[in-house]
Amino acid sequence: MNQTENVNQVSPLSVDDLTVAYHRKPVIWDVAFDLPEGQLIGVVGPNGAGKSTLLKAIMDLIPRASGRVRVFGDTYRNNRHRVGYVPQRESVDWQFPVNALDVVTMGLYDEIGWCLPVRRKHRQRAMEALDRVGIADLAQRQISQLSGGQQQRTFLARALVQDADLYLMDEPFAAVDAATELAIVDILRELKKRKKTAVVIHHDLQTVPDYFDHVVLLNMRIVACGPVETTFTAENLNKTYGGRLTLLDEVNEAMRRRETSL
Amino acid sequence: MIFLLGDWISDWDGSINGWIVVIGCLCAASASLLGNFLVLRRMSMLGDAITHAVLPGIAAAFFISGTRNSMAMFVGAVIVGLLTAVFTEWIRSVGKVDEGASMGVVFTSLFALGLVMLVAAADHVDLDPKCVLYGAIDLTPLDTVWVRGLEIPRAAIVLSIVLVLNLAFVILFFKELKISSFDPALATTMGFSAKAMHYLLMVLVSITAVASFESVGSILVVAMFVVPAAAAYMLTDRLAVMIFFSVIIAVASASLGHIAALEVPTWFGFRSTTTAGPMAVVSGLLFLLAALFGPRYGVVVKWVRRQSLSWRILCDDIVAILYRAEERDTAMPGLAGLADELFASSLSIRSALLMLRRKGEIEGSDQPKLTPRGIDRARELVRSHRLWEQYLVVETGAETNRIHSHAERWEHFTDRPLRDELDRVTEAPDIDPHGSPIPPENKL
Repeated sequence: MNQTENVNQVSPLSVDDLTVAYHRKPVIWDVAFDLPEGQLIGVVGPNGAGKSTLLKAIMDLIPRASGRVRVFGDTYRNNRHRVGYVPQRESVDWQFPVNALDVVTMGLYDEIGWCLPVRRKHRQRAMEALDRVGIADLAQRQISQLSGGQQQRTFLARALVQDADLYLMDEPFAAVDAATELAIVDILRELKKRKKTAVVIHHDLQTVPDYFDHVVLLNMRIVACGPVETTFTAENLNKTYGGRLTLLDEVNEAMRRRETSL
Repeated sequence: MIFLLGDWISDWDGSINGWIVVIGCLCAASASLLGNFLVLRRMSMLGDAITHAVLPGIAAAFFISGTRNSMAMFVGAVIVGLLTAVFTEWIRSVGKVDEGASMGVVFTSLFALGLVMLVAAADHVDLDPKCVLYGAIDLTPLDTVWVRGLEIPRAAIVLSIVLVLNLAFVILFFKELKISSFDPALATTMGFSAKAMHYLLMVLVSITAVASFESVGSILVVAMFVVPAAAAYMLTDRLAVMIFFSVIIAVASASLGHIAALEVPTWFGFRSTTTAGPMAVVSGLLFLLAALFGPRYGVVVKWVRRQSLSWRILCDDIVAILYRAEERDTAMPGLAGLADELFASSLSIRSALLMLRRKGEIEGSDQPKLTPRGIDRARELVRSHRLWEQYLVVETGAETNRIHSHAERWEHFTDRPLRDELDRVTEAPDIDPHGSPIPPENKL
């Protein structure tokens, strides 16, 4: 009992002073937050606010200019097996010669380990995950033959087999059909029931209060972060969508000009 | 078997020709194994770049060791091959140019540097730039070593080792190659560093390029990296099958290429030519065959699929017209009437009628008339058509004069479940927006 309380005290994802820049231009700037465990967390912000960049920087996929990331109280590297990632659908080549089952099985590669082959029990588990997202009958289909919603479900199934404690999802609701949207929400709720944490980049402001418990409002920096009831307010949304940090842009522009004009 | 071909090929010297084919196959198979991943990662040109850029590495190895020592050559080539990949990435990020441009900068400069070095070294070592470009596979059987009392060409031994190496790499790292090619970000988050896999692949590409230099030359090894894999890609949807096919295609190109090199020129009264060229030409031809006759993406299959669909639609249209004529009790349209109404040639109408008659859906030759079976087919179509019209008016508020063309298209793709759904949504109407009755569903 004591031990579980201890675990609960550690935030699944804690970010401090995180800054990421492309060509000296900051994409996210001085981002800091602690997320509660076992909640569904929406990350909301305008285009170019740095939402995907935030997720990628957390997983060390892109270099960060400064900052500290703690996943369950340790570095991402040490705890990566506890994190499941659902990339944007456009990030992969859907013409690749694999079927849906192959893609889901990839979620188990970490567990299988270097150089060892995929065995029947792994395929079995991948099949169960496909069944859970409702497309078990499409397991043998080449992935370009799947609809957008089915592709997204495949990605979700792949994250599910990873059986992580923290899920990072990059726009799973983008351009999916209504049935898939419902299926995803269903799975998110089930994850929550099992005390998992999901951080989901989301675009549709209207559904935020329905889908999420907690919200991170992001526009280069954190505008607000907290429970939906208190944080997802008109005032905070205005601040988030009401333009970027123009002065910050200006000073960075000045720095760049100075550097390039020499 | 290869050694027996001499019976029907004029220029055949059993052992020499046998070895040429073996060496060609070994080289083609090793290159094509790796080529699959170059093609799938959309970096076929990096293979090209590396095969050219390793030249200064080889030349430097000559300078330093003073011999055509294989080990020194491999080390030099691998270093320069990796540098090519690193430089390409670096120029792309620093110079803000696309990958193609930065590759163009790197490999041409390195290749030119290598040529200069070779020319300078020509006095000391026996190496010909031409041989690097085009290879001299036909001479490889002459350079032999003795292994356990067997006289084996050196190239065959080197390439066998490379083939085993590549095969082991692809089999052992199959899973890792698959995930890091398909989804590098996910691979990296799982600890299978996509970058590490990339450079490991580049090391093997460099080694394969050097080993193949002597036999097929640097230009043709590019063909073996890219063409068999690209052809295999057209034939299957499974990665393992694709790799298997690419090796088969590579081996076929090498063997057929050598036979072609001996035979084809004699048809035109020339002497047989060097083998490397025909190998690449044959692989190109095999690619063409795959592109034409591939089971899913092939040009022919696509054409047949389109044709059979348009036939089905024409037949659909004919039975629907006959059904409507019967419904309105007007005169049955004849051949000319049908051709007129469907904007089709009388030949295609005639063939469509023949097909329908074979299926027992119409009867009568001059004056086609629907059989009960034909009526069933037509009723389904007309029902779909009119339900769609009703749906468009009810659900989208479309005007009645604009709905026909949509329904005309969709009726061919509407099956029973979809029809039932339409029926439910439009609350089971009896007549369509134009006032025509909507026929009931066929009894099973």
